[in-house]
Amino acid sequence: MRKVKVYITLKEGVLDPQGKAVKNSLNTLDYGNVNEVRVGKYMEVMMEESENLEAQVEEMCDKLLANPVIEDYSYEIEEVIA
Amino acid sequence: MKFAVVVFPGSNCDRDMYHAVKEGLNEEAELVWYLDADLSSYDAILLPGGFSYGDYLRSGSIASTSHIIQQIKKAAADKKPVLGVCNGFQILLESGLLPGAMLANRDLKFMCHQEELRVENNKTMFTSEYQKDGLIHLPIAHGEGNYYCDDAAYQQLKDNKQIVFTYANNPNGSTGDIAGIVNETGNVLGMMPHPERAVESLLGNADGLRLFQSILTYWRNNHAIHA
Amino acid sequence: MPSMLEISPDQIERNRLYAEMGLSDQEYKQVVELLGRRPNHTEIGLFSVMWSEHCSYKNSKPLLKKFPTEGPQVLQGPGEGAGIIDIGDDQAVVFKIESHNHPSAVEPYQGAATGVGGIIRDVFSMGARPIALLNSLRFGSLKHPRIKYLFEEVVRGIAGYGNCVGVPTVGGEVQFDDAYEGNPLVNAMCVGLIDHKDIQKGIAAGVGNTVMYVGAKTGRDGIHGATFASEELSEEAESKRPSVQVGDPFMEKLLIEACLEVINHDALIGIQDMGAAGLTSSASEMASKAGTGMEMNLDHIPQRELNMSPYEMMLSESQERMLLVIEKGREQEIRKIFEKYDLEAVAVGEVIEERRFRLSHKGKVVADVPVDALAEDAPVYHQPSRVPEYFKEFQEMEDYQPIIKDYEKTLIDLLKQPTIASKEWVYDQYDSMVQTNTVVTPGSDAAVLRVRGTKKALAMTTDCNSRYIYLDPEMGGKIAVAEAARNIVCAGARPLGLTDGLNFGSPENPEIFWQMEKSVDGMSEACEQLEAPVISGNVSLYNESYGKAIYPTPIVGMVGLIEDTDHITRSDFQRSGDLIYVIGKAQADFGGSELQGILEGRHFGKPPHIDLGVEKERQNHLLAAIQAGVVQSAHDISEGGLAVALAENLFAQQFGCKVELEGDTVAELFSETQSRFIISVSPEKQKEWEQLMTEAVLIGHVTDDGEYRLNVNGEPIIHTATNKLKDAWKGAIPCLVKSKA
Repeated sequence: MRKVKVYITLKEGVLDPQGKAVKNSLNTLDYGNVNEVRVGKYMEVMMEESENLEAQVEEMCDKLLANPVIEDYSYEIEEVIA
Repeated sequence: MKFAVVVFPGSNCDRDMYHAVKEGLNEEAELVWYLDADLSSYDAILLPGGFSYGDYLRSGSIASTSHIIQQIKKAAADKKPVLGVCNGFQILLESGLLPGAMLANRDLKFMCHQEELRVENNKTMFTSEYQKDGLIHLPIAHGEGNYYCDDAAYQQLKDNKQIVFTYANNPNGSTGDIAGIVNETGNVLGMMPHPERAVESLLGNADGLRLFQSILTYWRNNHAIHA
Repeated sequence: MPSMLEISPDQIERNRLYAEMGLSDQEYKQVVELLGRRPNHTEIGLFSVMWSEHCSYKNSKPLLKKFPTEGPQVLQGPGEGAGIIDIGDDQAVVFKIESHNHPSAVEPYQGAATGVGGIIRDVFSMGARPIALLNSLRFGSLKHPRIKYLFEEVVRGIAGYGNCVGVPTVGGEVQFDDAYEGNPLVNAMCVGLIDHKDIQKGIAAGVGNTVMYVGAKTGRDGIHGATFASEELSEEAESKRPSVQVGDPFMEKLLIEACLEVINHDALIGIQDMGAAGLTSSASEMASKAGTGMEMNLDHIPQRELNMSPYEMMLSESQERMLLVIEKGREQEIRKIFEKYDLEAVAVGEVIEERRFRLSHKGKVVADVPVDALAEDAPVYHQPSRVPEYFKEFQEMEDYQPIIKDYEKTLIDLLKQPTIASKEWVYDQYDSMVQTNTVVTPGSDAAVLRVRGTKKALAMTTDCNSRYIYLDPEMGGKIAVAEAARNIVCAGARPLGLTDGLNFGSPENPEIFWQMEKSVDGMSEACEQLEAPVISGNVSLYNESYGKAIYPTPIVGMVGLIEDTDHITRSDFQRSGDLIYVIGKAQADFGGSELQGILEGRHFGKPPHIDLGVEKERQNHLLAAIQAGVVQSAHDISEGGLAVALAENLFAQQFGCKVELEGDTVAELFSETQSRFIISVSPEKQKEWEQLMTEAVLIGHVTDDGEYRLNVNGEPIIHTATNKLKDAWKGAIPCLVKSKA
């Protein structure tokens, strides 16, 4: 069994109103050195092992998990010891 | 003329769309559950608003993976009118029938009120009953209606006259004030404002009825030619 | 709470573990007597939730009996999921209000969201399609960051749930007062529409029939929610945070559609939602009402978490779950309907003849108690009552006489008071139009929805001025009902009935109990006089934080019938040139007024007096005039007095007005004297109107110049631009929310 950790973030250049709101809040909490916040999504996908796991994960991201018009993704694959 | 209103789990403007066609337009309409649908016998396909699959992951994303999308793509390829409103628009974007994507509203809040819209293109099968550059009012009700596309895509939309409605006072941060766009062939319209909520004066606004009348006019003209 | 497993009856008794669950020593003894033995851990859990105030009304029952609950129009009074009132044509309206105060204080988004989900289930479990939501909210002052957070998150939670599930949120009220600082109130009301033939009951009838479980799986969330709701808020309560449930509006939407389909199926015997006290209350109440018993095998309960104990399963308040009783042998037909919506319907038990509630788990009987012991035999307390010192003091005070130097500034200050100011910031976040029936959207005195396919429409509102009730619970109780009825009548409707959301402090405090008693007396009298029976309701007690109780807040949710959509009337002015009338004379009524709050920073003295006879007569005459088609707009005069009501009437279309008043300037402008209205009438209908409403006094007319002009005794008192007033009124709440503390 593998645990796939998928990170989805908004593309560079796409306005992130949520990130902006979080940044402003952190600034009001006196974290003046916070310059930018980008809010994304994190998912854990448990998968049976397979030969072309990476290709599969990328396909899943392209097809559903991320929207390539606005989002980038990255992932890590970990082994799960049952 | 016979309209299909496609119902996904979580659609909630399906009945409103149905009533707009039945009672506003006086034409035939059927609610079609997404699983057991055969769309081939309908003259137009309507994708209603709501929260298909709870808007989980991204609005419209899960619905866009369902099998009925292939039939909707076929209807679009056959030049049938396909209208997606609100969540229906989001589904059209996610399934690639229309370009661009939706982001959360600029101020991150859901908003529901009447908005003033400009009819940018009245030469479509959805807008022939409106005046070019005419100002109309339609209600909006969405949390993720901030239309996004990159500069190149925007230029293309402009060049092809695919921008159909713009907001007079951009409420949500949409690129180019975009409220509704058509595909290149002009028979797939996606829009965030709700024409089906504005078809009778009792509810304060009938500006949306002309959109449905435009579809009917197009269909009648087309059928007269073929007949 | 100690580990749920393997706690023996002996340990429960010896370590008084029942006390941690909210049962008193006396109540524990009563349980032992009812069972004829000591209860085990699961059993004491069942009793603790069923005998909590939230489920048993043990402290409020004697008071609730005072409410008039009958009338020719009432099809279902209190006792079922929601009350039902006939609206003709074999149609009926179903409604109820419910509080979710404690969960919202701890986790405002989910607390409010699940409050909305719960009340919607109460309505569709009666067989009705939910058509509208209203909310009555109370918060402390928006100056505090914590209150801002609560306010923003509660509104977001209501929006997040209601919008997704596709039921329009059409109205309600939000008030702000320091009395709610530690304990906000979140009361949600749902209105549904039903055909008489579809009315369902939550009963488990027919021995041998199958009990089915539908909806979300059971997790450990919300265990002891009902007990939690029956305790005072404190640091200790904060630590009980895991009690808060998480809502899934998507699941709820599927449940609504599936259940409304199942209701047309003749295999369905009974249906009830699993609300407070979850599976325990739904199952035992269904059996108790049917005069039967029930056996359930807990191994079949769909579970979201591993190793759940019977205690946890029975007390879980996981959301979006329903319990059904189905004719034996026809389970598959029901399963098929739910499958369409991706929902699983699971047989979990059986209706039995013996009037026992028997649960088994892993081959062992884990609970075996008499059904009625849980649902019917809960203790009833007649709490002692004592007149509070503050009340005696207030009653003896001289009438409060405010002194005002700058009338315009005072008007602007009043319009900026969060309780009076525009709530657009709130209701813009709610989908108020889905289902396309909303004729009058939020912002008017009452919301109005047409009944599709008929000439009829329904008006609905929630009201409660808790300052008046604090000052004088009996008078304030009368006013709460009368004001709701006034709003309904202004919309062109006849009041049909009401649902009450009673929010108070601890009933064990005799002075609080006195507040409860007196306000119920006042409300009951007004219900009688105004012919608006109470058909459903909810009691939320122990609304206290750190020893300080909220203002007594019995919220009135009222629904009225408009016979013809032509009668639908808005509160704001409709046309320039229309004549402005006032009904009712201003007295110097400033006790508990908004003006007193601004000038003194607190409320004291006597609230306005109300004469219910006068109220009824004026409401009747006004409704007759509306139905005769001579009224352009009707607005009641409430918080802030006539000057505020007049300004509110101008804002939507930026009208102006020219008004001449006679009398004492401060009272004419700002007094909150009861049973008063501002009406506009077109000049062509002047004669007809004056004949129908002889009491009405012509005070001016509507203009199109956007200038607010008000003279008293011939002297100009306020002359300013409508827009200036509107900016103050509209900007106040967004400004408070945005401002940094």
